[in-house]
Amino acid sequence: MTHTQRAIAPMLRLPATPDEKPYLVGYRCPACNATYIGGNRVGCSKCTYVGDLPEVRLSDHGTLYVYSIVHQSAPGIPVPYVSAIVDLPEGVSVRCNLVDIEPDPQKIEFGMPVDMVTRKVRERKEKNAHGDEETIDIIAFFFRPGKD
Amino acid sequence: MRDVYVVGVGMIKFGRYPDKDVSQMGAEAGVLALKDAGASIKDVEMLVCGNLFQANAMNAQKILQQIGQTGIPALNVSNACATGSTAVREAYIGVASGMYDVTMAVGVEQMGKMGLLGGGARSGGESVEGVLGSGLMPAVFGQAGVEHMRKHGTTAEHFAKISVKNHKHSVHNPLSQYQVEVSLDDVMNARMVAYPNTLYMCCPTGDGAAAAILMSEDKIKQFTSKPIKVATSVLTSDPYTDRDLTMPDVNTLTQNAAKEAYEKAGIGPQDLSLVELHDCFATAELLHYENLGLCAEGEAGRMIDEGRTELGGDIPVNVSGGLLSKGHPLGATGVANIYEIVTQLRGQGGARQVEGAKAGLAHVIGLGSACTIHILTA
Ligand SMILES: [Zn+2]
Repeated sequence: MTHTQRAIAPMLRLPATPDEKPYLVGYRCPACNATYIGGNRVGCSKCTYVGDLPEVRLSDHGTLYVYSIVHQSAPGIPVPYVSAIVDLPEGVSVRCNLVDIEPDPQKIEFGMPVDMVTRKVRERKEKNAHGDEETIDIIAFFFRPGKD
Repeated sequence: MRDVYVVGVGMIKFGRYPDKDVSQMGAEAGVLALKDAGASIKDVEMLVCGNLFQANAMNAQKILQQIGQTGIPALNVSNACATGSTAVREAYIGVASGMYDVTMAVGVEQMGKMGLLGGGARSGGESVEGVLGSGLMPAVFGQAGVEHMRKHGTTAEHFAKISVKNHKHSVHNPLSQYQVEVSLDDVMNARMVAYPNTLYMCCPTGDGAAAAILMSEDKIKQFTSKPIKVATSVLTSDPYTDRDLTMPDVNTLTQNAAKEAYEKAGIGPQDLSLVELHDCFATAELLHYENLGLCAEGEAGRMIDEGRTELGGDIPVNVSGGLLSKGHPLGATGVANIYEIVTQLRGQGGARQVEGAKAGLAHVIGLGSACTIHILTA
């Protein structure tokens, strides 16, 4: 049975060849350089430019802005986990889970360098165009403590 | 624009009413407000109903179907947690514009047990909640509190003290969903929901309704000798700020609303006798001390330490018990804030009365985002 990888959200790009690294994309205003996560934009909410916002590849390295440690969530979501806001050098921030760190405020430092990693979070079976069942691996991105 | 006055307010005790329906609760609050105003539904020229979860159910009309189908314009608004206060603002505009002399705003919500953990983020069919961080309110307001810790060295204990204060206030409000005092230890040792907010630092979910009758200056003399003036009604949306679309910025739109409200009312924070603000989480209340100009930036932690916002302090905040105790039936919340300010300005607050209350500010924020501020004067 074939395994196909699929990104959990459109902002995550999974290259076709395994030797390329997955990366995040943003959309940058040609008028003021404001950068957004998520496509389908009609214009720029910062400067009111209307028109295409070209896609930009985002760094896989950033710094931790703030976080919360979630201990209670909707049914089926494992807790505790660290929900974090990470600032990227392109001037955009991304919301993510901070992993490979104890969910303890004493262990988490504001401004700490963090690196992006991708992991399979779930799989689902789907019938492909030929009617054959295949397994879809859902890939998500995370950030973990990194180097300066 | 004409001056607008609140002549009647009504509110049912917030709690759980699984056997009632939304229009029934709204109608009950409406009847209480009409009775308080000494008015009849026949006097009302427009009805605005704020309700979020049944925004398509025509509840304004259903309320009239319960208490009087007079054929007046009836409309339904939703604006996240600012739904009820947006209904008040629409009713205010109706009178201020000169179009009507008497309008009614009803805010009502039936939350059941769904609570603030309902929903959760999806992206193109894949659930991302808890994988790409959390978009649910507890984490959002946890992060907002942590941002204040980062900038100003605020501690988890500062936030916990907010909860202690509001629970202490609630004991004197018979319409509050909970009327229980808690100690700082109780709050700090309660189950963590999303750091730094523990269980007692998150508002409970429940059902409720509140209503307000607004009138023009020409009309009030027929009904009351003690009208409460709406000195200003302000609504803002979130302006662009750097992280707003990733991490909702609850501060800037409140700062903008406060600035506009103080200018338009000709009243500054130093003139306020009391404030009812949007303490959906304990972290939120502390941020809004600064956003509303009750203290300087970075001073909010000290403000709660010094007890300035307690009943008896120089600027009591959430003497009703706040959302943390009173409850937060989304559509009802903004109208209930008006209820509390009016009650206080009339000197009818009983054991929770702020001595000599002359001016009060009601603040609500709905994530997404919408912020309302109403300043009322005796
Ligand atoms: Zn732009």
